Amino acid sequence: MNEVPMKRYRFALPLAGFGLLLVVLVAGLMHLPEKGYIPSPLIGKAAPQFSLPSLYSGQGPVDSGELKGHWSLVNVWGSWCATCRDEHPTLLMIHQLEQGRVPIIGIDWHDDDADAMNWLGQLGDPYARIGADREGQVAIAWGVYGAPESFLVNPQGIVVYKQVGEITPQVWRDQFLARIDANDPQAAARDAAALAGGG
Amino acid sequence: MDGACGNTLRGAAPIRTALALPRAPRAPRAPLTSLASLTLPVLLLLMLLAAPRPAAAVDATPPMPTAQLQQRYLALTHEFRCMQCQDESLADSEVNLAGDMRLLVHDLLLQGKTDQQVRAYMVSRYGEFILMKPPVDWRNAWLWSAPAVLMLIGILVAWRVVSARTRLVEQDDTEIPDEAEIDETPPGQTVRS
Repeated sequence: MNEVPMKRYRFALPLAGFGLLLVVLVAGLMHLPEKGYIPSPLIGKAAPQFSLPSLYSGQGPVDSGELKGHWSLVNVWGSWCATCRDEHPTLLMIHQLEQGRVPIIGIDWHDDDADAMNWLGQLGDPYARIGADREGQVAIAWGVYGAPESFLVNPQGIVVYKQVGEITPQVWRDQFLARIDANDPQAAARDAAALAGGG
Repeated sequence: MDGACGNTLRGAAPIRTALALPRAPRAPRAPLTSLASLTLPVLLLLMLLAAPRPAAAVDATPPMPTAQLQQRYLALTHEFRCMQCQDESLADSEVNLAGDMRLLVHDLLLQGKTDQQVRAYMVSRYGEFILMKPPVDWRNAWLWSAPAVLMLIGILVAWRVVSARTRLVEQDDTEIPDEAEIDETPPGQTVRS
C-alpha cells in the first residue's frame, strides 16, 4: 500500500501553508509600526520647490530658499485643525529652546488668513516664516494628506524625517533632535540639559 | 477642511452620519410582527443609501477642453487614491484634498504632461500607495500571481482528493448488493415509490 507517503504529504502541505501565512503576517506587522502610517517617498530627497505668499502682508514670498544652510522644521497646519492646537505649545517650546538654530517654517494649509492671524495672536507665533497655501497645491507637492504634518530638512535642503500627526516634546527629542544632534555630541548634551530644565 | 472626511489626522476614516431610525413609541408587545413589518422600510432605506450618487456632484473641477483630454482626466482621477478617505478614488471623494488633487491632474494634463508623467509625479509625492492598483513589476509579482497560484493549489488538492477516492472505489471489490436487498427504511415507515 502506498498509504504512508501519502499521509506524510498531507500533513506537510497545510503546515507549509500555515508557515507561509505566518511569514506574510509577521512581515506585515513589522512593516506597519502604526496603523494607517504611509511612508513618505520624500525622505532622503531634496525638499520640494515651492513659493508661497507670506501670511503676513508686506513680507516677501516664502520659498524653498528658506530651507538652505541650517536645519529647518517645516510644519503644515491650519486654524481649522484641532490637533494643531494641541501641538502648538510644543512648537512654542521648540522656538524658545532653539533660538533660531532650527527655524520653524509654517505652511498654513487651506486656511482663512484672518482666522490664522487670530490663532497666532491668541496662542503665540513660533514660526520664522509662514506661507499661505490657500489652494493647497504646495501641500500636495509635500505629499501632505492631513494636518499637522511636519518635515525635518537638513542644512543641505534634504528631507530627513516626516512626522505625521502631533509633535510632542518626546517626539521632538526622539525623532527630531536625535537626527539634528547626531553628529554633534556637544549640542546633544546642551539640548538634553535644556529639555530637562524646560520640562 | 470640511467635507465628508473630517479635518484631522491622516485620513481619519470617513465619518458618516449613523443611520438613525426614528424610535417608534413602544407598541404593545408584539415583537416579532413589528420587527417583520420594519424589514421592508429598512431594506428600502438601505437600498436608497447604497444608490450611486451622480459623479458630477462631487467633481467641481472645470471640464477639460477636449473630449480626449476629459477622457484621460477621468481615467487618471479614477486611478488615484484619495489619501484621506483611503477607500475612495480621487474622482469619487468629496474631501478638499481630493478636490485639490483633481485640480492638479487637470492642470498637469493641460500643461501637456503624459499620463505616465502625472502618475510619476503623484507617486513621487505620496508613494505607490496612491495608486489604487499596485503596479505590475517584479517586486509585486507575488501579489499579482497569488490568485493564480492559490487557484492552482486548490485544483491540485481537489484533483488528488478525487483521484484518491476513485482509487479506493477501484480497490474495493466487495460486491454491491442488489437494490432490492437494501432496506434503509426505518421500521414503521412506508416509502412512497
